[in-house]
Amino acid sequence: MNNPPDVSPDPAEHEEYAHNVAKHVKGYLIVGAILLAGTALTVALSYVDFGNSKTNIAVAMLVAAIKVSFVGAIFMHLAAEKRLIYRVLIFTGVFVCALFWLTYLAWYNPIVRH
Amino acid sequence: MDSSTSLETHHDTHHRAAAHEEHKLGWWRTYIFSTDHKMIGIQYGLCGLIFLFFGFSLMMLMRWQLAFPGQALPVIGNALGHLFGPGSMPDGKMTPEFYNSLGAMHGTIMIFLGIVPVAFAAFGNFVVPLQIGAPDMTFPKINAASFWAFGVGGVIMLTSFFVPGGAAKGGWTSYAPLSVVADTGPTFHPFWNGQTLWLFGFVFLITSSLLGAINFITTIIQLRAKGLTWMRLPFFVWTQFVTAFLLVLAFPPLEAAIIMQIMDRVAATSFFMPTGMIVNGAPLHISGGGSPLLWQHLFWFLGHPEVYVLILPAMGITAEILANNSRKPLWGYKSLVFSVLVLGFLSFIVWAHHMWLTGMGSTVSAFFQTTTLLISIPSVIILSAFFISLWGGSIRFNVPMLFATAFLPMFGIGGLTGIPLAFNSADLYLHDTYYVIAHFHYIVAPGTIFALFAGIYYWFPKATGRMMNEFWGKVHFWPSLICMNVIFLPMFLQGMLGMHRRWYDGGQGWNVAGETVWGQTGFQWNTWISSAAWIMGLAQIPFIINFFWSIRHGKKAKENPWDATTLEWTAPSPPPHGNFLSAPVAYRGPYEYSLPGRDVDFTMQSEPIQPTEHVRRTEPEPEPVHA
Amino acid sequence: MEIPYTVNTRPDTGLWNAKVGIWLFLASEVMLFGGLFSAYIFLRLDAEPGMWPHGLLNVPVGTMNTAILIASSVTVVLAWASLKMRRFWAYWWYMLITILCGITFLTVKLVYEWPQKFDHFGAFIKQEALEKYEPYLGNHHLEEKGLAPRREITGHLHNKAALSDPNIKEYDIALDPVNADPTNPANDRPHFLYQPSTDKIAKIEKEDVEYASMFEPRHSAYFASYFTITGLHGLHVLGGVIVFTYFWLPIGSKLYKRNPEHLANRVEVVGLFWHFVDLVWIFVFPLFYLL
Repeated sequence: MNNPPDVSPDPAEHEEYAHNVAKHVKGYLIVGAILLAGTALTVALSYVDFGNSKTNIAVAMLVAAIKVSFVGAIFMHLAAEKRLIYRVLIFTGVFVCALFWLTYLAWYNPIVRH
Repeated sequence: MDSSTSLETHHDTHHRAAAHEEHKLGWWRTYIFSTDHKMIGIQYGLCGLIFLFFGFSLMMLMRWQLAFPGQALPVIGNALGHLFGPGSMPDGKMTPEFYNSLGAMHGTIMIFLGIVPVAFAAFGNFVVPLQIGAPDMTFPKINAASFWAFGVGGVIMLTSFFVPGGAAKGGWTSYAPLSVVADTGPTFHPFWNGQTLWLFGFVFLITSSLLGAINFITTIIQLRAKGLTWMRLPFFVWTQFVTAFLLVLAFPPLEAAIIMQIMDRVAATSFFMPTGMIVNGAPLHISGGGSPLLWQHLFWFLGHPEVYVLILPAMGITAEILANNSRKPLWGYKSLVFSVLVLGFLSFIVWAHHMWLTGMGSTVSAFFQTTTLLISIPSVIILSAFFISLWGGSIRFNVPMLFATAFLPMFGIGGLTGIPLAFNSADLYLHDTYYVIAHFHYIVAPGTIFALFAGIYYWFPKATGRMMNEFWGKVHFWPSLICMNVIFLPMFLQGMLGMHRRWYDGGQGWNVAGETVWGQTGFQWNTWISSAAWIMGLAQIPFIINFFWSIRHGKKAKENPWDATTLEWTAPSPPPHGNFLSAPVAYRGPYEYSLPGRDVDFTMQSEPIQPTEHVRRTEPEPEPVHA
Repeated sequence: MEIPYTVNTRPDTGLWNAKVGIWLFLASEVMLFGGLFSAYIFLRLDAEPGMWPHGLLNVPVGTMNTAILIASSVTVVLAWASLKMRRFWAYWWYMLITILCGITFLTVKLVYEWPQKFDHFGAFIKQEALEKYEPYLGNHHLEEKGLAPRREITGHLHNKAALSDPNIKEYDIALDPVNADPTNPANDRPHFLYQPSTDKIAKIEKEDVEYASMFEPRHSAYFASYFTITGLHGLHVLGGVIVFTYFWLPIGSKLYKRNPEHLANRVEVVGLFWHFVDLVWIFVFPLFYLL
């Protein structure tokens, strides 16, 4: 979903433009509804016993990840953003993963376990 | 970013001759609450230099205790005892607590209030917009906010010396759990104590760095002059760009850790406090369940990139000055740029080599050992390229060049002595000894600080319109160089003899073994080191006088006193508000020295390419811009 | 010279300055919350079995707050779209709703959720005394089912003076349903279901208690990370509300008259920040309330 273009001084084009933005507005409302449904789903799933808590966590994080990608892609316009911003975010993503992964690894592989 | 499009498509109406647009601002707005990047750079520079000297003074005090443990400091000892309050230096003799405060604050002040502000904020603010031909930073108010956050952080850090119990004592690394239980108890105020203030001061310093770094990156991306493509950027701009990224991405995890340590101290949480802690013979009334290792991970996640924050701008400054004074293009510009990018990237995944002794398993150790050795490759490429740049040049040994050339071997020593520390097994012995102190000081003190001096001498005429005195510059340089080495070389020996970096008595108690190197025991070397440190303090006096005297009385400087090529030298000295009289355009690479078939041995970036010219270009594409 | 590209885009990057700036800022925010969440993971993995509490936070209220934040994310993007369509009053109303949502979120947090926690009490029993309090803990029952043991007895503390007065030797607790009926299979996997403390009073001797505290940050690694992360998140919400209010006040309409695109850009930038705050909450909510 692209961003609305800039408003035009030409009244005819402005008409079409407003129509375009209106389409976007509809999209925003749909995403809002999806997010609310996602929230309800997360809550509901947390009361389901998947056997062990790890699975529960994984399922909840999956739903959260889907919700987050909607927020990012539509509300934050990442679905159609400039290359520069993608690059910044890719770097950030890599380093955040390093932070999580290595912290986990350091916990997982100590010399002595208490 | 497609670099080639920037040439044709800049039709921004704001690019206009603008000298007449300058508003007359009052004194306060011009010199104190300025939003002009040059003034903010100068403010950062002056404050940073003062902090550098202050941090150095703390160390000069410690050196007395190390050389003459337990003896009263003559002349100023009593006065200092009164200044810093009871418990600091009663009768001029330093207490262990005060010694710890001095050590912790020396590290903190030198790194976060001295070198980062000068190397990154001061030079970055002053030079980068000029070098990329921008009128200012993209967000001038945020820039000012960054400086004032730094100011608040600095004031908090200084205040902490005068609260009951004195400043933080946990080392610059502030390792939990000791840092969480330090400065607590009946004699300490729950908030106004050294360690808590240290943490709050840090929050401001981190905020300052973040705001500054975001500003730098945005400026470099958005405000490059017409024609100044990425591969035409001066190397200094590249180093600042990477440094800013390191700050943006590495500082926040430390901020998170600082917030957690504040919670541990103020709200009695247990983020970094393991279960079953016993302090002074009594169990602590805390929940436990935290991990001291977590602090170390988060701290060094910043801590290691921070090392490159300290060194990269210094490399950038050195590159500019080497090219300028060897009258040759910088050798291997592209490999330098890619090395610095790789360096920035790798610096994020080496942090646990500071933690070999914490009991990480062999898998993790092996991983970090590998990345640590990998990171030496781009460092070596950079240093080699610098050396090769000198080859065959007609070198001018002016003061900036002396400092810049001294940077090379000093950084080399610091870097090479780091390799044994990268190996887990060797580090088990050397960890926390004076060897480590010597290693990183070689990089930061005779390395970075020399590059900073070089930069100050080099860009001083641009900032003030006057030159600094060459003779007194040399009087500053030679004693500094000698003293630096007399200070830090013996520390390698001390470290290999096993001297621990945090000993309060300079190793006197340990000296009974009597092992000697060159007729001196590890302890006796302290006298040499301390004397050299004090002489080096004296050696800074010519610099200080030269600096302030030259502002008003130095030889007048032209626009381009060094016959340099980059864009900042096309602006008047000092540049007016808005920097350039007309919007600069770059037509060529940054280091076009000694082009064949020219009357002069330098060709500025703003000089259009002549149709007849044999072009030595950094990029092959034809030039679409003709002014 | 003026600073270029404050409103117009730079051709080669396609961006105006503040947009680059805000994304860099958000990158740093990702690392900030990344640091906190990695601490959360580290501590949770490190926790001994049964020492990471479950079901202590009020799920319906948390769900409501989540919905409020999502709604405000929708309204802020609508406010921005209205500016793009040059409908100032629509912008003004959407912005007002956004601000009110933010304030409601904070109010619920600060006036209801946090004080309710501060009023709750928990005592961790020493290993050797676990057997003595078996009627409240039901560990035999849990062991049979292969579940992690219970170490903590929670509820409403009747004699608050016991927290500070060393002469009082025991805590009088009106037990939570879990401890009142520990062998009920419904309590095996603790989930939040709103039930008030029972009127069953338990007396717990202090010498059997390893550690006791109200549900404050100091209570456990769980509450420490909960209060720190939600506290920091709350500060972000507050910051967003302040900036929104700034643009909602006449300052916004003045800027709109001068250069509507500039106001739209500014709202977009704050909006991005606001969406990020929402995005953090999307992780906070399941991690602390549900799992």
